[in-house]
Amino acid sequence: MNDTTAVTRNESASRSDTATRHEAAQRSDTTLLPPVDVFEDSTGITLRTDLPGVPKDKLTLQVEAGTLTIEGEVSIPTPEGMQATYAEVDVPRFRRVFTLSKELDTAKVSAEFKHGVLSIRIPKAEHAQPRRIDISVS
Amino acid sequence: MYRPLYARDVFAELDRLQREMQDAFDLSPSIRGIGRGGFPALNIGGTPTSVEIYAFAPGLDPASMEVNLDRGLLTIAGERPANLPSGDDDESTVHINERFAGRFRRVVSLSDDVDPNSVSADYRDGVLHIHVKRHESAQPRRITVQ
Repeated sequence: MNDTTAVTRNESASRSDTATRHEAAQRSDTTLLPPVDVFEDSTGITLRTDLPGVPKDKLTLQVEAGTLTIEGEVSIPTPEGMQATYAEVDVPRFRRVFTLSKELDTAKVSAEFKHGVLSIRIPKAEHAQPRRIDISVS
Repeated sequence: MYRPLYARDVFAELDRLQREMQDAFDLSPSIRGIGRGGFPALNIGGTPTSVEIYAFAPGLDPASMEVNLDRGLLTIAGERPANLPSGDDDESTVHINERFAGRFRRVVSLSDDVDPNSVSADYRDGVLHIHVKRHESAQPRRITVQ
């Protein structure tokens, strides 16, 4: 239990369900689902997701067997001895998995992380990109 | 009005449902409604000398955010642009649109012992941290027995 995670746990004793919530937060597989925007154009797919409070070194991005996994751990420096009184973000972990389709080129994924927003660009494979086919009239 | 910012697994969702049922049957809710689910999400904590507010507001320009403290009410306001491809572009399709976009404003009522003259705010990794000191007179003191 270090100071940096204290803010994400609700220590308020005013609610009768604190104990159960506490348990939920402790369960290691409990994660928050970050909201995403996904849009597609003719050359690829862009994904944007909100991961506030996740420093760059606590973010993992993995492409494996046709799935894209985004994982991040919330780490916010808090003053020593701080007691959390109210928490809406009460689980310090984000995780979301997407299944990718075949025409995407997973070797060329690029990502940018700024102010807690992760942008991922997945281009389509060369053969899947639109081509203009010239018709020769004889 | 309610838009879940961060959904969870099924056990946590059941837990949230239980909590919301409790809120719904609360005979005296806060005059500003049930704040949960608004943008940005807030975490609040305190130390004997200060009150710490953390607003989870990713993707904003720090200069465009407005933080005001007026008669014990702390207001956080701003706007988050949508940044989605416009509809008139035939080439692109929006598949998922879950992220918040638009103007936001959240108000927090602080305890009476805070000092409105010593507020500081910083923005890091998409989290706005507001630090409000408590009045000197309200801070715990050790009294020496003569």
